[in-house]
Amino acid sequence: MKPFDLSQLSRAHEVRFASDEPADEKLPWPQFTVADLNFFYGPHQALKEINLIVPNKRVMAFIGPSGCGKTTLLRTFNRMNETIPGTRVEGSIRLGDKDLFSFPATRLRRVVGMVFQKPSPFPKSIFDNVAYGLRLDPSIRRNEIADRVEKSLRRAALWDEVKDKLHQSANGISGGQQQRLCIARALAVEPEVLLLDEPCSALDPISTAKIEDLLFEIKDLCTIVIVTHNMLQAARVADYVGFFLNGELIELNRAKQIFQNPEMQQTQDYITGRFG
Amino acid sequence: MSNVVLATPEVPFESRGLDKKQTWWERLRKGDEVVHLITLAGGWSILVITGLLVQHLWVYSRLSRHAFGWHFLVDSTWDPVNGIFGAWPFVYGTVVTSLLALAISIPIGLGSAIFLAELAPRKLSNALTFLIELLAAVPSVIYGLIGIFLLIPVLFNVVPYVQKYFGWIPIFNGTFYGVSYFSASIVLSIMVVPFIISISREVLISVPVSQREAMMALGATKWDVTWRAVVPYARQGIMGSIFLSLARALGETMAVTMVIGNVAQVSTSLMAPGYTIAAVIANEFTEATGDLYLHALIELGLVLFVVTMIFNALARLLMLTMKGHEVVG
Repeated sequence: MKPFDLSQLSRAHEVRFASDEPADEKLPWPQFTVADLNFFYGPHQALKEINLIVPNKRVMAFIGPSGCGKTTLLRTFNRMNETIPGTRVEGSIRLGDKDLFSFPATRLRRVVGMVFQKPSPFPKSIFDNVAYGLRLDPSIRRNEIADRVEKSLRRAALWDEVKDKLHQSANGISGGQQQRLCIARALAVEPEVLLLDEPCSALDPISTAKIEDLLFEIKDLCTIVIVTHNMLQAARVADYVGFFLNGELIELNRAKQIFQNPEMQQTQDYITGRFG
Repeated sequence: MSNVVLATPEVPFESRGLDKKQTWWERLRKGDEVVHLITLAGGWSILVITGLLVQHLWVYSRLSRHAFGWHFLVDSTWDPVNGIFGAWPFVYGTVVTSLLALAISIPIGLGSAIFLAELAPRKLSNALTFLIELLAAVPSVIYGLIGIFLLIPVLFNVVPYVQKYFGWIPIFNGTFYGVSYFSASIVLSIMVVPFIISISREVLISVPVSQREAMMALGATKWDVTWRAVVPYARQGIMGSIFLSLARALGETMAVTMVIGNVAQVSTSLMAPGYTIAAVIANEFTEATGDLYLHALIELGLVLFVVTMIFNALARLLMLTMKGHEVVG
């Protein structure tokens, strides 16, 4: 038996940054423009005076301790919060150059797709799960559906694993596969934006890595906003990172900047684990 | 991984008493064994009671079984005076009234359950559900009275119009006396609808939020969420409520006998009077003279038992094939 060195236990992960763009990079057009946004659950104010721009075709991550409002903001982007009674929004959000609240909510949610924390496949076959969103739209022809299901499953890097069991129940595949299935389901309707609410928090590291790879693949197709508790994940996948604390946006910057040289003391404290 | 050595516990395994098997008495005192015995006894008692029931029905129907054999099932003559007994009119009446009752109560019950679970404000929903559950506790003789004094007078006004326009369909023609398969089915459907509503509402409410939100996030309308995500997820529970209703309808005695007319005949028309197995047993048991008559009635009981079993088996089969279909489709 060989003794081992303490440094082996604590060897730091080598972080690979998603974005190494130069500082003078011109940002693409804004996908979301949030101005003076306040959000209330009854008397409790969950978001305070949020101002931010989410650039198009980039990955933006929201980090922060539990209850800091990052998920609330995410769910405001596709207006899922409206379904909770007693909530109130103040301020404005623009999707592209249009007011987010001028869309019918059902149409908006086809443009702004969402994947949730817990894999939530429908108790149907794998094929039907992906086809579900397509079938909601009567303008999509029946014979198109099979092609689009295959395309989405390929994009979600799941096709090779499930192509032989498309008609088996989606509850029979692993949690990581289920989550990728949910991503495929969201991608099938070809959204402009994909919102991900802690998509890997229930998954093992290998499944997490697969989902992160997949996000790299699809970021040319749509804007991605991801909420995560895992700072390494934010560092790995995001071009931009927003740090939230107690309902306020403390700092928003290039991922590398946030993790290597944050401007705010609170950000520094959070990412170094001084509080959480 | 050869460089990793597991720490050895300071106290050796044996001396901590972990290797000793507990005696039966020790396990009994710790409670596990008690629970095991009680639940085992409960489980077995169900099998024993069912077994005894079948055995009794079998033994005490022997005269009739020997006299008529399989013809008992298909013969339509019920003539106690001459000692000729055939069960077909009763089997037919039981099956027709139960299925018709389900056909009426499933859409109403499911619709109400969806309204109460998905659309109604929670307070209203709870208040209404309380009332509906009260309905399930009303004695069946009361439903029989409602059938006679409320339903049949209404039907006397409605049925002539139905017969005028739809009389050419065999199931609607013939003279309407008030008491009929149709009246019995409506009373039955009123009786089983509370079961469907209250159980289905419960399972619909317990569908996880994640399923609803996943559907909503695909751009589904409220109705799409309900019909394509919530109801399919709750399908098994809803089917359960329907089985329970079917069992209730097949065995219902009092309310049915008050409105079905108690005539041992087989009619295509739903407007004609008929009879059911449970009703004939209840009505004729006290006046059964002679062993053969008694044994014939008990054989009817056996037939009812078998019919109920067959329906339950079919329902389960249907559910299995539906499940298979879901996944294939």
